Amino acid sequence: MIIEQLSVFLENRSGRLHEVFEILGNANINVSACSLADTSEFGILRLIPSDPSKAREILKKNLFSVNVSEVISFAAPNSPGALSRALKILADANIGIEYLYGFSPDDKSFIVVCPDDAKKAVEEFQKHEMELISASDLYKF
Amino acid sequence: MEISIWNRHFETMPREQMKNVQSERLREAVERVYYNVPYYRAKMQEQGIGPEHIQSLEDLKLLPFTTKQDLRDNYPFGLFALPMSEIIRLHASSGTTGRPTVVGYSRRDIAVWSEVMARTLTAAGVTNNDFIQIAYGYGLFTGGLGLHYGGEKVGASVIPISGGNTRKQLQLMNDFGSTVLACTPSYASYLAEAIDESEIDRADLKLRVGIFGAEPWTDNMRKEIEKKLKIKAFDIYGLSEIIGPGVSFDCEYQNGLHINEDHFIPEIIDPETLEVLPAGELGELVFTTVTKEGLPIIRYRTRDLTRLHTGICKCGRTLVRMEKCTGRSDDMLIIRGVNLFPSQIESVLLEMDETTPHYLLVVDRVNNLDTLELHVEVEDRFYQDKISELQNLGKKIKNQIESTIGLSVNVKLVEPKTIERSEGKAKRVIDKRKLK
Repeated sequence: MIIEQLSVFLENRSGRLHEVFEILGNANINVSACSLADTSEFGILRLIPSDPSKAREILKKNLFSVNVSEVISFAAPNSPGALSRALKILADANIGIEYLYGFSPDDKSFIVVCPDDAKKAVEEFQKHEMELISASDLYKF
Repeated sequence: MEISIWNRHFETMPREQMKNVQSERLREAVERVYYNVPYYRAKMQEQGIGPEHIQSLEDLKLLPFTTKQDLRDNYPFGLFALPMSEIIRLHASSGTTGRPTVVGYSRRDIAVWSEVMARTLTAAGVTNNDFIQIAYGYGLFTGGLGLHYGGEKVGASVIPISGGNTRKQLQLMNDFGSTVLACTPSYASYLAEAIDESEIDRADLKLRVGIFGAEPWTDNMRKEIEKKLKIKAFDIYGLSEIIGPGVSFDCEYQNGLHINEDHFIPEIIDPETLEVLPAGELGELVFTTVTKEGLPIIRYRTRDLTRLHTGICKCGRTLVRMEKCTGRSDDMLIIRGVNLFPSQIESVLLEMDETTPHYLLVVDRVNNLDTLELHVEVEDRFYQDKISELQNLGKKIKNQIESTIGLSVNVKLVEPKTIERSEGKAKRVIDKRKLK
């Protein structure tokens, strides 16, 4: 249930983000989810591509610094308090969250979360019968 | 009005007589290093010369050169010509891989230093009626204490405030009635703006003279500082290997800096062929200290490029004059008065596991203060997904550099392979400061 997420180091320079997606698009790689974190000095683009190893290879070939990290994804009802309940599971198990991003296409919300212990987070969610999203499910979006 | 000269005897000595003084002192100095410094003896023997070959100034060119590297190789006290029981002061400047250049002074060396600084201050019109605010750093750097001893020697009221703490500088300048300010030209410029922005009315300040040095500055900068601070600004030149400040100084005609050549004999050489060049030609400045006891130095290559002019100055001094240095024969940068070689940055990066030695230094001058920015590539293998870890990496590089070179630096993480690689010599430095 652990998903490979790529993160790409970007300088704060206009056009760089576009270049990343252009390279991936030309390689016929789809991106299911992404998020951009920025600081005053640099940015980190996190994305879940349809083919992580191919995406990594091609980005590296284009001289980007790329890191693979483990994230998990889960679904929660698209209703008030649902995310709070999900996050309480992690909080109760003393699992920290580095960052998360999500979207709500219909009656469900999909959240990508980077816990400090991905394996333990999966176990906790399974214990609480949360709906976990696999990489292959995510690629369908 | 008669021009004040601290030591009329030496400062206005006719050339022929000066040459005799220099020849005699050179003979003594060469004997001292030959018999007391194994390094110089070995080097002279290698070249097949002994003290008997050095009879006059003309023979100076036979002697071996000394470089900063020689000082480092003999770290810390290897080139001293006196036992440590005779050394009463040590100063040091930062160096590559954290190994500083160490200089030692005997009691007489400190007296000579005070003397040449007294000449320097007197030439700028400083007397025992002045209040001299010394905003050069005190400590291992020679700037603060060099000015301090000179100030005391002329009998001025010395205010040893040291560098930084601008608010206090302004307060004391106002409350004590400082008439002379000694600091780097960039700090002088900064103080001028701080005065403008403060409650203090320039008309209430008694400031009239500035003694500025330790970093390169141009005549235009001088005019700007003079206009902004409403003072007369004097240039001083020196380097710790020779003595510190006091090697040469501006007189009121500011027609080149007078070298205290009865103590420090200058030569100009071609930095490529190492041949001595005639007066008036542009080349690298070389000094031989002929009165220093603790650390006598033979033909020290300063790497500063300049010209020498003989002839009597309008002020009456006969001391040879050097032009403002126009550049360096190596890649040394002077930032806020601190010497920095790009190789120092490189060795710090090489010692760290998390970075590559691909870097770019961007030097600029913002609000009249030099800034140093270091671009470091974030290579794939060091890259972390977490922002905090990247920021820690930046901080770690920053701390490492700052503790080694003693200068604050902004570290900017950049994408891999974005720093230009060139065939041959890599471009490591972009100096945006305008020195025109």
